[in-house]
Amino acid sequence: MASSEPVLLANVGRPDSHTRAAYEAAGGYRTWRGVLARQSPAEVQELVRASGLRGRGGAGFPTGQKWSFLAQDRPGPIYFCLNADESEPGTFCNRVLMELDPHQVLEGLLLSCYATQAATAYFYLRYEYPLAYRRVEAAIAECYAAGYLGRNILGSSYSLDVFLHRGAGAYICGEETGLIESLEGKRAWPRVKPPFPAVEGLFRQPTVVNNVETVACVKHICERGSAWFRSLGVPPDPANPRDSGSFGPKLYCLSGHVARPGCYEAPLGIPLDELIERWGGGVWQGRRAKAAIPGGISTGLLRHDEFHCRLDFADPLKFGCLGLGTAGVVVLDEHVSMVDFLHNSCRFFAHESCGQCTPCREGTAWALRILDRIRAGRGRWQDLELLLEIGDTLGIIPGTTICGLADGAAWPIKNAIRKFRDEFEAYIRASNPDGYLETHPVRALDDRHLQVRS
Amino acid sequence: MNTEETRQATIAGPRVLTDDMIAEIRALLPRYPTRQAVTLPALHVVHERLRHVPQQAVVEIAELLELAPAQVQDTLTFYGFFKQDAPHGRIRIWLCRSISCQLRGADDLLAYLCERTGIAPGETTPDGAFGIEFAECLGACEQAPCALAGDTLHACLTREKLDQLLELWTK
Ligand SMILES: Cc1cc2nc3c(=O)[nH]c(=O)nc-3n(C[C@H](O)[C@H](O)[C@H](O)COP(=O)(O)O)c2cc1C
Ligand code: SF4
Ligand code: FES
Repeated sequence: MASSEPVLLANVGRPDSHTRAAYEAAGGYRTWRGVLARQSPAEVQELVRASGLRGRGGAGFPTGQKWSFLAQDRPGPIYFCLNADESEPGTFCNRVLMELDPHQVLEGLLLSCYATQAATAYFYLRYEYPLAYRRVEAAIAECYAAGYLGRNILGSSYSLDVFLHRGAGAYICGEETGLIESLEGKRAWPRVKPPFPAVEGLFRQPTVVNNVETVACVKHICERGSAWFRSLGVPPDPANPRDSGSFGPKLYCLSGHVARPGCYEAPLGIPLDELIERWGGGVWQGRRAKAAIPGGISTGLLRHDEFHCRLDFADPLKFGCLGLGTAGVVVLDEHVSMVDFLHNSCRFFAHESCGQCTPCREGTAWALRILDRIRAGRGRWQDLELLLEIGDTLGIIPGTTICGLADGAAWPIKNAIRKFRDEFEAYIRASNPDGYLETHPVRALDDRHLQVRS
Repeated sequence: MNTEETRQATIAGPRVLTDDMIAEIRALLPRYPTRQAVTLPALHVVHERLRHVPQQAVVEIAELLELAPAQVQDTLTFYGFFKQDAPHGRIRIWLCRSISCQLRGADDLLAYLCERTGIAPGETTPDGAFGIEFAECLGACEQAPCALAGDTLHACLTREKLDQLLELWTK
C-alpha cells in the first residue's frame, strides 16, 4: 500500500484548527466560493457520482446515486440531514473531524446541500459530544457571519440554513429513518421502507441523510476532482458485479489492545495487519492478537489468521463479516475471553434495540440471557445452537426486521461462535461439566445470578 | 401517563417553566416546520436547568408545542437520557461499558466507583452531589476507559484517577 498525504486530517494538528481563520488560512471555503460562482448543482452531483464515493456511515451506499433518487416532482423543500449520531462501539472518527476541523465538515455539508438543492440542513449530533457541540455551534455562527450561509449566499440565488440538533443518548437515532423520526420529535422508531427518505423523509419531504465523513469527502472531490478521488483506494472487482469499488481516503479508528490507539487516515483498502502494525504500533504489551472487529461491533470478527483482510467495502464480506461498517477497528488480545466479548456485544444490542420488531426485541434479549447464564456456570452445549439460531434469523438480511440494528446484533454472534467454537465449548464444559450435554430447558437465572457479573 | 394523571397534572402544579426557558423554547420554533420537532430541544432546555423533566414540565412543554402531554411523555421516556422523578446529581457521571472500554478495564472501574460511593448505576448519592450511570460507547474509544462527567471527558481512567476525581466531585 503506497503511503499518501493526509487529506481529511490535513488540518488536524494545526493550531486553532477548529476556527474559521485557521481553516481559511489553509485554503478553506475557496471551493465553496468557486462552486457557487461557477458550477451548477447538476454538475456537482455528476462529479460526486463520477468519483464513486460511497457513504462512510456504515452501509457504503454510493452517494451520487442516493442523491439522484431525490424526488424532483414534489412541491416543497428538500431537507438534508447530516448524520453525526456516531454511536457504533469502536467508532470516533466523526468526533475527531467535528472537534478538530468542523469547518471542513461544514464546507462539505454546504456543497452537498447545494448539489441536492436542499433549503434546510439539520446537523443531528449525538448528545455525548459536548466539545463537538460547542465547536460546530461556533463554526456555524462563523459561517453565517461570513455570509457562507443564509439568504442569497455570496450573491448567488442559493439560500441555506443549517440548524444544529442534539440527540439524547440512543444508538438507534443513527439509523437514517430513526434519525428522521427523532428529529420530528418522536421516539426514534425506524420506518418501514419504502418509501425511502429520498422520496418521503423528514416532514414527509424528499430528504438526504449522509454521514459527516461522507460530506467531508465531497469537499475534497469538488476541490481535486473525481479522477483524483478514484486514484486512491481499490477499484471494483471485475468478477463481482455488485462491487462498485472502494475509492478515496478513509479514516480508520483504532482502539482496544493496540499500543497506539487513535484515528488514522489511509486510502481505502489498507490491510488490517498493516493498520495495526504501522499505525497502531502493534498489539499492546508485547502480546499477540486473538481477533479484531473490522468496522464497529456490528460488523463481527476477524480471527488473527484473517488479518490480511483489506479494509475496504468488499473484502470483509469474504471473511464472513457484515462489511466495512464504520472502519472502527477494535483489537482483542490473546487474553480476551470470547464469551466475555460476545456478552458485551449482546448486552449492547439488547440495550439499544428500539423494541419495535419482535425478532429484534426478543432475540437480542434472549441472546443476552443465554450468555448471562453461560457466564453464571449454567451453560449447555445446546445453547450454542440456540444462539446461532437467533443469529441466523435476525435482521434485514434474513428479512425479519425493519432496520439493520438487528443484523449488527446477529453478526458478532455468528462470527464469534463459528470462528471460536472450540473456546465456547471448552468454557461451557469447564464451567458446567454436569450440565454440559443437558438438552431439556434450564431454570431461568434469578436476579442474584445476574448481578454476579454485570 | 394516563388521561386521569394528565388532567391532574394539568390542574395540579405551580408552573415550573421559567420565562427564560419559555423564551428559549419559543426561539427554536422557526427552525422547524412543525412544533412537534421542538420536543427534544425543549426537553433539553428544561433538563439542563432542572436536571430532570418533572411531569408538570411535560404538561407545559406540550402546551407550548400544541401537543398532547402524552406525546411529549412518549418521546421523553424513549430516550434514556432524561430523568423524570427526581433531579440527577449535581454532577452526572457516565462511565462507558462498551467493548473498547471493557477491554481496558471498564468493568473494574464501574465496580470500584460504585463501591467507593455506595450507589449503583442509575442512582444518586443521598446528598445529591453526583450520580453514576453506565454509558454505551461514548465515541472516545481511543481514550478508553473513559467517562463523561457533565461536559468533560475523562480519558484513560484508572482507579487512582477516579480517586482524585471523586475528591474533586465531592468537595
Ligand atoms: C442501527 C444503525 C445505526 C446507525 N448509526 C449510524 C451513525 O451513527 N452514523 C451514520 O452516519 N450512519 C449510521 N447508520 C447508517 C445510516 O442508516 C445511513 O445509512 C447513513 O447515515 C447514510 O449516510 P452515508 O450514505 O453518508 O453513509 C446506522 C445504521 C443502523 C442500521
Ligand atoms: S430491527 Fe430492532 S432496532 Fe431496528 S426497528 Fe426493529 S426492533 Fe427497532
Ligand atoms: S467503547 Fe468506550 S468510548 Fe467507545
